[in-house]
Amino acid sequence: MAYTEEELKKELEQQEYQYGFTTDIESETFPIGLNEDIVRSISKKKNEPEWMTNWRLDAYAAWKKMDEPEWANIHYKKPDFQAISYFSAPKTSNKYKSLDEVDPELIKTFNKLGISIEEQKKLSGVAVDIVMDSVSVATTFRETLAKDGIIFCSISEAIKEYPDLVKKYIGKVIPKTDNYYAALNSAVFSDGSFCYIPKGVKCPMELSTYFRINQAGTGQFERTLVIADEGSYVSYLEGCTAPSRDENQLHAAVVELIAHDNAEIKYSTVQNWYPGNKHGKGGVFNFVTKRGLCHNNSKISWTQVETGSAVTWKYPSCILKGDNSIGEFYSIAVTNNYQQADTGTKMIHLGKNTKSTIISKGISAGKSQNSYRGLVQIGKNAENARNFSQCDSLLMGNNCGAHTFPYIEAKNKSAQIEHEATTSKIGEDQIFYCNQRGIDVEKAIALIVNGFSKEVLNKLPMEFAVEAQKLLEISLEGSVG
Amino acid sequence: MLKIQNLHVSIEDKAILNGLNLEVNPGEVHAIMGPNGSGKSTLSAVIAGNEDYEVTKGNIFYKDENIEDLSAEERAHKGIFMSFQYPVEIPGVTVTNFIKTAINSNLKARGLKEMPANEMLKNIRNKAALLEIDSKFLSRSLNEGFSGGEKKRNEIFQMAMLNPTLAILDETDSGLDIDALRIVANGVNKLRNENNAIIVITHYQRLLDHIIPDYVHVLQDGKIAKSGDKNLALQLEEKGYDWI
Repeated sequence: MAYTEEELKKELEQQEYQYGFTTDIESETFPIGLNEDIVRSISKKKNEPEWMTNWRLDAYAAWKKMDEPEWANIHYKKPDFQAISYFSAPKTSNKYKSLDEVDPELIKTFNKLGISIEEQKKLSGVAVDIVMDSVSVATTFRETLAKDGIIFCSISEAIKEYPDLVKKYIGKVIPKTDNYYAALNSAVFSDGSFCYIPKGVKCPMELSTYFRINQAGTGQFERTLVIADEGSYVSYLEGCTAPSRDENQLHAAVVELIAHDNAEIKYSTVQNWYPGNKHGKGGVFNFVTKRGLCHNNSKISWTQVETGSAVTWKYPSCILKGDNSIGEFYSIAVTNNYQQADTGTKMIHLGKNTKSTIISKGISAGKSQNSYRGLVQIGKNAENARNFSQCDSLLMGNNCGAHTFPYIEAKNKSAQIEHEATTSKIGEDQIFYCNQRGIDVEKAIALIVNGFSKEVLNKLPMEFAVEAQKLLEISLEGSVG
Repeated sequence: MLKIQNLHVSIEDKAILNGLNLEVNPGEVHAIMGPNGSGKSTLSAVIAGNEDYEVTKGNIFYKDENIEDLSAEERAHKGIFMSFQYPVEIPGVTVTNFIKTAINSNLKARGLKEMPANEMLKNIRNKAALLEIDSKFLSRSLNEGFSGGEKKRNEIFQMAMLNPTLAILDETDSGLDIDALRIVANGVNKLRNENNAIIVITHYQRLLDHIIPDYVHVLQDGKIAKSGDKNLALQLEEKGYDWI
């Protein structure tokens, strides 16, 4: 069968979200709406110390005065922030020592996702801190990590058990007044992960968190804080899936990374929140603030595979404050049907001899809009700063859009900045060539898309790369055959 | 093996083939020659199953089966191979990965198990040697930045790997210098046997000095105007197509 764009479009439209199911776990949900009392209640519910409560209230006061940003190339009905419940925790909030104690419904959910915790424990040595509707319900491998002095726990626990560390770092890379969504998150964040790698320690395994939105009408406000002390190394994996819901769900996360001198943080994300149905109904609003701070000779790598969400607003960034520090951003963003993504990065060069690399791969299908927005800023003291940016777009069909918005601000003459951009289309001739070799259309598209995304897929840890490839196929192929 | 009867083909309502007949038996090599626009490439595309072309009349039988309703990949699974005149680029997909995917797709379609990695590697190495292909070449992106000669060598390499029953070589000699032509022709000759058949589509006689055909057909105005043995190609070279 020769392959026409019409057929391609039809196939893509027929695709539905594979993970659209809801787990029936009793949960405790706050009344809808947001005010000071709600902020206080969240803090109280979590038995937080007073400084934390006040920090949240400051953020709330700042947020109230802020306006939702409108500069991104995305169009959506703004969420009614008074119509959302700001806290939802599974009622069984006791911590489990073993998986046997975990609610079987939860285990079922993970099985549907193809994530077997046991298997992961045994096979891949991944410690999983699972965040399900805002509260961590299972933490594994903690003891092994503790031997090296590594702290890996929920942020709620960290606030109670390591208040000095949290106090020292929280909001330092992303101030609570940084932007509208970050301020909102700072006021109402429900839970998230905390990770501290002590001096000179190479974290012996990939640290992994699976996020999942599971309660109708609850916004999810995750907060992640990763600190790599001098000379340490950590690779952190974040994966998310959200079940189908008709109403839009809001997700406004904040992720802060701090790499001290000679430290390295690799932060990898596979995101497949519910993108809405083929008519553009439903889906997650994903407004995320992610930023890392690099001290001398340190390195932060962001790698992301974004296939989900109805609306994505996300710019994982690096502040290259220390001399000789390195920032990297590798991204694959897939949009299909009516999805909209405005994503990219900011590389802020402040130190001398700082380097940054940006590789962005955008894949648009259906009636979706996919924008890359990136800022490369060279400060006046950043001698010999270098940046290389490459933004490639792949279009499928004639009704989608790819946009590139690169911003460059250089205040130091020694800067070297390179920017390359390409746009291509999956051609019928490519599909026919594959068909003639016995490769069917579905496989051919997977092959072409994986080839297009290869430079980024190669940056993912092995077990994640396989999952990411699968997701790319699910997102684009539909259920042909 | 291949029997084409009274084939009429149009593209966008423009008739290209007008009553073409051709019969190819196992073990035979047929050369199809003809001036530009005579329908040579259309014929190969139609046999391979490119749906941009519409068969308005006539039949194509392959191994006694009418293949009109078979998709391109189904035809490939049954052993039909086409070497493209202009092979397409697939960035980021290595030659090795591509051929591995193709072979396993074919095996799967025939209800067989995937080829184990070591066997695949051995196979790739042998066939690469046959076409004097460097191992570095195998990890490059498919056809991306390939020279004309490299593209054609890669096509014949794939043919060697897939081991088709019927191979159509569409202007495989175009863009080849004399050394590359010799290598490609040698490769094809080594793949010839009594069970498979090859259709060589070409503009010039020179390829037929290396791949000796059993039959030569001249295509003109969408049908075969003259058939003969290899000497027909020599006559054509001397007298030109107007002579027919």
